[in-house]
Amino acid sequence: MPSVKLPKKSTFVDMTPFVDVAFLILTFFIMATKFKPPEPVEINTPNSVSTQDLPESNAAMVTIDKEGKVYFTVLSEKDRSIYNEIINDINTSRNLGLTPVEKANYSKTYLVGVPFVQLKQLLDQPAALQAKQPGIPIDTTGGELTYWIQSAKSAFAGQSLKFMIKGDNASKYPVFKNVIEALKKNDVYKYNLITAPEDAPAGTELYKERHKAG
Amino acid sequence: MAQMEGGGGDEHKKGPGVKKAKKLSTRVDMTPMVDLGFLLITFFIFTTTMSSPKAMNLNMPKDTKNQEELNKAKESGALTIMLGKDNAVYYYEGQLAPDGSNFKTATFSTIRDEIISKRNEVIKNHVHDDNCPKIWAENKGDKTSCLDRDFVVVIKPDVDATYKNTVDILDEMTINNVKRYAMVDITPQEYQLVQATEASGKK
Repeated sequence: MPSVKLPKKSTFVDMTPFVDVAFLILTFFIMATKFKPPEPVEINTPNSVSTQDLPESNAAMVTIDKEGKVYFTVLSEKDRSIYNEIINDINTSRNLGLTPVEKANYSKTYLVGVPFVQLKQLLDQPAALQAKQPGIPIDTTGGELTYWIQSAKSAFAGQSLKFMIKGDNASKYPVFKNVIEALKKNDVYKYNLITAPEDAPAGTELYKERHKAG
Repeated sequence: MAQMEGGGGDEHKKGPGVKKAKKLSTRVDMTPMVDLGFLLITFFIFTTTMSSPKAMNLNMPKDTKNQEELNKAKESGALTIMLGKDNAVYYYEGQLAPDGSNFKTATFSTIRDEIISKRNEVIKNHVHDDNCPKIWAENKGDKTSCLDRDFVVVIKPDVDATYKNTVDILDEMTINNVKRYAMVDITPQEYQLVQATEASGKK
């Protein structure tokens, strides 16, 4: 009885193309990734058809969270001394009596959302431990936010400074209006609203215009 | 027997290569590498922010200027949009009738058609006058730019409107190429109408 010798097939699969693709994707993601800055407050921004990029530096950002609390952030990548100027200005104008350590802590704080009376207390803690903040008091005349904007404006004197408003979907219009009021008080009439991108709906004027050009 | 013979024949053909040496495979087990690769991919997919946020411009007029701007708006070309609670949209054309008869309700999906139809109406009723060449010049000679110059949208969010609604309606202005629009506070009369409509809708 002649035994039919079946060739032993290897279970080994050639994974080379698989690896190729995997590493291609990996490379793409590594290139495309831009790490998110730490955000202590979660904000879901609304969508808009705008295509303009955000300023990375030389900008002051007012954040409105879903409960209507207002926070203030200054973005200055290149010139860290701006932070000192702002906190010094706030310190002297509002008579807070901050220590140098507390002032230095300010530049590490991503956003500030406390009334002036609690600012000292907030800056006493290291940035990582700063827990929930009650929000900067704001009313129809602008509230304390006006002073923050004023300080930022004077610190950036001679340089360009852009104002951004980052609001949560669920925040109410009156808060937004009060923020605008605070900006208006400082003679700021141009703002950038931070939004997530969205396509222009098909068939509209904007859609036609973009497709004509593109 | 047959095997033996065949084997012997082979040996001859192969020449002096002699014994079938066990060929060592050049293959490397790539499984761990693939594992690692996909782990990294997963990591980067999760951390990446694909759609970076975009900025939307908003220019507000100075408070003093505001009043003049508003007065300049022709009644025939004005569309007032009010934003209420729960994404509700209300609008009226021209001036609000004292009895509120031209006060209408819409939604965010239907308001676009209203804006477009109002705009077309304004364009249809456009009468050429001496101011037009100036507007053409401002728009690089675009002769259609003058047609809708009387079209003004007044946006009035009330206290219950959300920020999202406000941005959405501003976005709608960009989408429909509305050049003149203003964000104004709601008047007590309008607010009453909005509230009355909201109350009747709840029943």
